[in-house]
Amino acid sequence: MSVFIIRRLIQSALVLVVMSLLVFVGIYAIGNPVEIFIAGDADQAERERVIAALGLDRPMWEQYWLFVRNAALGDLGKSFIFNQPALWLIVERMPATLELAFSAMLIAVLLGIPLGMYAGYRPDSFAGRSIMAGSILGFSLPTFWVGLMLIMIFAVWLGWLPSTGRGELGSLFGIRTSLATWDGLAHVLMPAVNLALFKLSLVIRLARAGMRENLPMDYVKFARAKGLPTRRVIFVHVFKNILIPIVTVLGLETGSVIAFAVVTETIFAWPGMGKLIIDSINNLDRPVIVAYLLITVSMFVIINLVVDILYSILDPRVRLADVKG
Amino acid sequence: MGRSLSRFALGAFAAAAFAAGAAAQDLTIGLGANVTSIDPHFHNLSPNSNIAAHIFDRLVHQDEQQRLQPGLATEWKAVDDTTWEFKLRRGVKFHDGSDFTAADVLATLKRVPWVPNSPSSFRIYTQAIKSSETPDPYTILFKTEKPYPLLPVDLSTINIVSDKHEQSPTGDFNGGSAAIGTGPFKFVEYVPGDRIVVARNDNYWGAKPHWQKVTLKLITNNAARVAALLAGDVQIIEAVPSVDYAKLKSSTNVAIWQVTSNRVIYLHVDSFRDQTPMATDKQGALLPKNPLKDPRVRKALSKAINRPAIVDRVMEELAIPAGGLLPEGFFGASPKLKPERFDPEGARKLLTEAGYPNGFGLTIHGPNDRYPNDEKILQAIGPMFSRAGIDTKVVTLPWATFAAQGSNPNYAFSVMLVGWGSGTGEISSPLRSLIATVGPGRGASNRGRYSNPKVDQLLEQALATVDDGKREKLLQEATELAINDTALIPLHYQINVWATRKGLQYVPRADEYTLAQFVTPAK
Repeated sequence: MSVFIIRRLIQSALVLVVMSLLVFVGIYAIGNPVEIFIAGDADQAERERVIAALGLDRPMWEQYWLFVRNAALGDLGKSFIFNQPALWLIVERMPATLELAFSAMLIAVLLGIPLGMYAGYRPDSFAGRSIMAGSILGFSLPTFWVGLMLIMIFAVWLGWLPSTGRGELGSLFGIRTSLATWDGLAHVLMPAVNLALFKLSLVIRLARAGMRENLPMDYVKFARAKGLPTRRVIFVHVFKNILIPIVTVLGLETGSVIAFAVVTETIFAWPGMGKLIIDSINNLDRPVIVAYLLITVSMFVIINLVVDILYSILDPRVRLADVKG
Repeated sequence: MGRSLSRFALGAFAAAAFAAGAAAQDLTIGLGANVTSIDPHFHNLSPNSNIAAHIFDRLVHQDEQQRLQPGLATEWKAVDDTTWEFKLRRGVKFHDGSDFTAADVLATLKRVPWVPNSPSSFRIYTQAIKSSETPDPYTILFKTEKPYPLLPVDLSTINIVSDKHEQSPTGDFNGGSAAIGTGPFKFVEYVPGDRIVVARNDNYWGAKPHWQKVTLKLITNNAARVAALLAGDVQIIEAVPSVDYAKLKSSTNVAIWQVTSNRVIYLHVDSFRDQTPMATDKQGALLPKNPLKDPRVRKALSKAINRPAIVDRVMEELAIPAGGLLPEGFFGASPKLKPERFDPEGARKLLTEAGYPNGFGLTIHGPNDRYPNDEKILQAIGPMFSRAGIDTKVVTLPWATFAAQGSNPNYAFSVMLVGWGSGTGEISSPLRSLIATVGPGRGASNRGRYSNPKVDQLLEQALATVDDGKREKLLQEATELAINDTALIPLHYQINVWATRKGLQYVPRADEYTLAQFVTPAK
């Protein structure tokens, strides 16, 4: 198992280097970022001063080399437009995104698995069909549209929930989070549902397919024949077996929910990392873009590793050494 | 018993009334653009200056039409051609209780060029000052190398900080420990990407704001900002999108406040190169000669544009057709310059005269995320050019790519849509930056690289003329000369729109600022 983990980490380091090089070259090719954020009436001397201050006057390979050298020491550079360490900017906004992602995944799992299991257990019932029809909507409606509709209905017409922003912070187990206050929960509900919708549909479909696949299997018949109550057969034996695909997909989706909550964060003015990355791309704020992608890639690597380890726990047939990175 | 009950009821009533009163004195504003710092000297960016205008004062203030008003200076005059005298306001206190004196002004002037890693420094507004003297704590003499009539205007962009914070880094302002001004509000909290909170400065020297506590929320998505207003989560929003304008105007809960802005949307035209990259013959081969160097071709392009149609259909009437660089009423705007009349026949005739009877091929560029409806405006102009005989393709790009490609040193485009808001509120700002020949301190955003020695000469003469009347005449002449030569093609002036909940009013501003001190209960 340790060989497996070491090999995986070496591969990841390679991915990080290639990715940072690609981003560097890509942004360099677009052009001079100073033109984007400098005042239009700034004279040539001022433009040159800014270019020099940000180190953009050096050749590309030298800029990249400086970046690699500093990154090896844990310094990912300072944001061009905030003059703050890029890493710090991202970490500062991470709690907001994490609590949104956490809430969304919680909704997806807590609603998705029971609904999907029911739809798989009673596929021809009216409820089962309605659940499946609903999941198609969850897949196909664009996030930004659903977000705006949620705001229209629950904030503008009904006035039940706040339309925008993150609520008051409170303390929960020593962590500063808006999930600890009622105001915070009211603020997080709509963006979390918005973000959860797609994952929810996915979980419903996976759980249903798993149920449909497992129910006719021999072990289920055997368990029944042994006289086990239906509840135990489904919630213990079948449940464990349908979890494997769900865990795989959820692992990857957790990564994407954290890294790419951009649309939801923009619509709900949620001060998280997604909004930061979009603003940074619009300003060609290279240090922040590179740092963000480095963090994102590392996160995916770790999640994949955890998923692989979880496999071996859920299904003893899986041996980690057999899984080729 | 009865008495104590009634006393209790009275107390409860008073508490309720107080609570309602406190809530009524809170204001939440929905801002449309991101703020990068609370440090007023870090980034020359209007959303930052908008926040700074709550916490800090300038020596000279700009009113809603950008006319100069006394700020921390009560009066100013040019003593001679190269000396300006500013008399400072007495009895003004910083939020930390210290007195405001000339020492704070000097410290500010030292801090402006010092701020480390500034992505766009305010030094361009202070570099004209060669030396300063303070005969007494409430008088400052500024010496300039050459006559410099724009000094009061330039100083209206410089926020005055306390001399204690001359060396405070940007982070101390963001954290609040250095965000000490003399302004109408005190800094409370800054949550990057989310909100800025300020509280009323009860010792303010000027008119005291109505609001005890103001939260400025950053809601950059247009639809979300409108929804926040409709839901009552914010009481005022800026930059009302044109698609929602009609709906908001007819809403019974909302009031609209609008004014013509200082921002002109225009086409910059490459009149510099002998061969321009986007002008081709009809088969797509690069033209050997740049047709846009011929003023007749530029004039033909201008005549081919139906400005009223763009204003009416694309901008949904949130603009007025432009014939110059600033709307009438601003300093230096020439009343003689009217919007070019829509005249496709005249355009064809001019093209024939210039030797292009069959027109040519052209690709025009613009941003798609910068100005209201920028992409749609360009898409409307494409067919208008084609109708005049110039086969036109339209390419729009995100501002990040457009600005990087279209500016020095790439200059990748031939005709491009850009906007210019005149931060100084007078016409030398666009003349210096957009039309003057590219050189030290001139033509900073002249992406067409237009160059006309006569215009340059008039402009330089104006910029050395301290007398306002004479200077305005020279500036008007320079503008007329440039526009009649079609140095660039003005399209329209934007209209700035705010929407408030009913019961509030706002003084709409030409400079697009949203200032809590000018939001008041409607009378």
